[in-house]
Amino acid sequence: MTDPIALDPVLGPHERGWLPFNDDGIPHDERYELFERHVTGGGKVESTDWMPDEYRTGVLRFVEMHANSELMGVLPEREWLMRAPTLRRKLALTAKVQDEVGHAQLLYRVAEDLGKPREAMMEDLLAGRTKFHNVFHYPTKTWADIGIIAWLVDAAAIVAQQALRDSSYAPYARTMRKICWEESVHIMHGRDVVVTMMNGTDEQRAMVQEALDRWWGPLMQMHGPRSDRSKDRDIHWRIKAKSSEELRQEFLSIYVPRILELGLTLPDPKLRYDDEAGLWTYSEPDWQELRTVVTNHGPKSQERLDFRQHHWDDTQWVRDTILAARASA
Amino acid sequence: MTDTPPADRTPAAGAAGRGLEPWEVFRQEKDGDPMRHGGSVLAPDAELAVHYARELFGRRQESVRLWVVRRADVHDLSDPDLLSPPLDRSFKKPGGYVMRDKLAAARARSGQAKPKARQG
Repeated sequence: MTDPIALDPVLGPHERGWLPFNDDGIPHDERYELFERHVTGGGKVESTDWMPDEYRTGVLRFVEMHANSELMGVLPEREWLMRAPTLRRKLALTAKVQDEVGHAQLLYRVAEDLGKPREAMMEDLLAGRTKFHNVFHYPTKTWADIGIIAWLVDAAAIVAQQALRDSSYAPYARTMRKICWEESVHIMHGRDVVVTMMNGTDEQRAMVQEALDRWWGPLMQMHGPRSDRSKDRDIHWRIKAKSSEELRQEFLSIYVPRILELGLTLPDPKLRYDDEAGLWTYSEPDWQELRTVVTNHGPKSQERLDFRQHHWDDTQWVRDTILAARASA
Repeated sequence: MTDTPPADRTPAAGAAGRGLEPWEVFRQEKDGDPMRHGGSVLAPDAELAVHYARELFGRRQESVRLWVVRRADVHDLSDPDLLSPPLDRSFKKPGGYVMRDKLAAARARSGQAKPKARQG
């Protein structure tokens, strides 16, 4: 037992939550090293903490791409708002679109706090200087696409997003907890659309199969090519926890059985679970297609960016009004 | 590499150049719960900040109350010398009193058995 009135410190500074890199008096290199030790040891960073530029730009790039994807991701689904087959489906799809735009707002806010104004992020997105996820560059052809997107695209995304709830950048991690909760509703909505159609007519089943065949390639590309874990700076800084291949394997493990149980088939003859390796094997995804699409050369890239640009211009008066009201107050 | 933070990063920093400033949003999930920090919005004034907060943190009936506070009005205290002094304060916490062995000795001395439940 320790002496309750002992004057010698019994707890080290680290156990007391002291973040030494916040001390402005320390030389830069030492500060960087203290920060790195904190983060790689599982410590969290708040927006008000000191951080090296490398970390700040790393988190910013990651969160900005995520925000862009939420914002652009509603455009394919938006195309079906007026064509939803029932009122309930229309309400659910409207709510999903609203949620995703809300996620974009939350994420742009996290990014803004790291020092990049929202206008600059919008301009970079519209000018093609920043990217959004590959899956949102493709057309939607039938109502089955809406089921496949809400179920499987959101599922592939949530596998990645769940791993972000423990990101070293605490404001992002907290936002991801809220987002994951909402995304789980979208997945249920999408799966319900798919299961309902699979219990319908032959024509509906064929429609789902056709949509799945079209989306499978982009889904397999979505998490990106395999990369060397030890060279991934986002993993080093614990901005994210899992590599692209780990995420893809996790997605396949959960969702392949759920797809197959509905009587659907997957358009990859090489796809199988290798018991010995404990891993899924599959045909190599088309990485050239991924590169083409995410650099805004996908089938719908330009049309969707033009649409976003149109609305950005169209709502300029709102931003002007808000700032004018502030200026005259 | 400069590693200088943006001007509106710190809680005490003033309004950003564009006339917008960050507001912190706290939400109460149900009556009687504590107010918890939800996130922040960027707005020119309290009225619009409240509207934004409602859109982002109350859209799904997940909050019964929101507090919106200008970030510049939040006074931060995180100095470990004040909050976590480097001394043993275990006598201020219930976990600081470990009696298992002493109780066993007392029972042995009194010849009483260990009570079955609802020890207090």
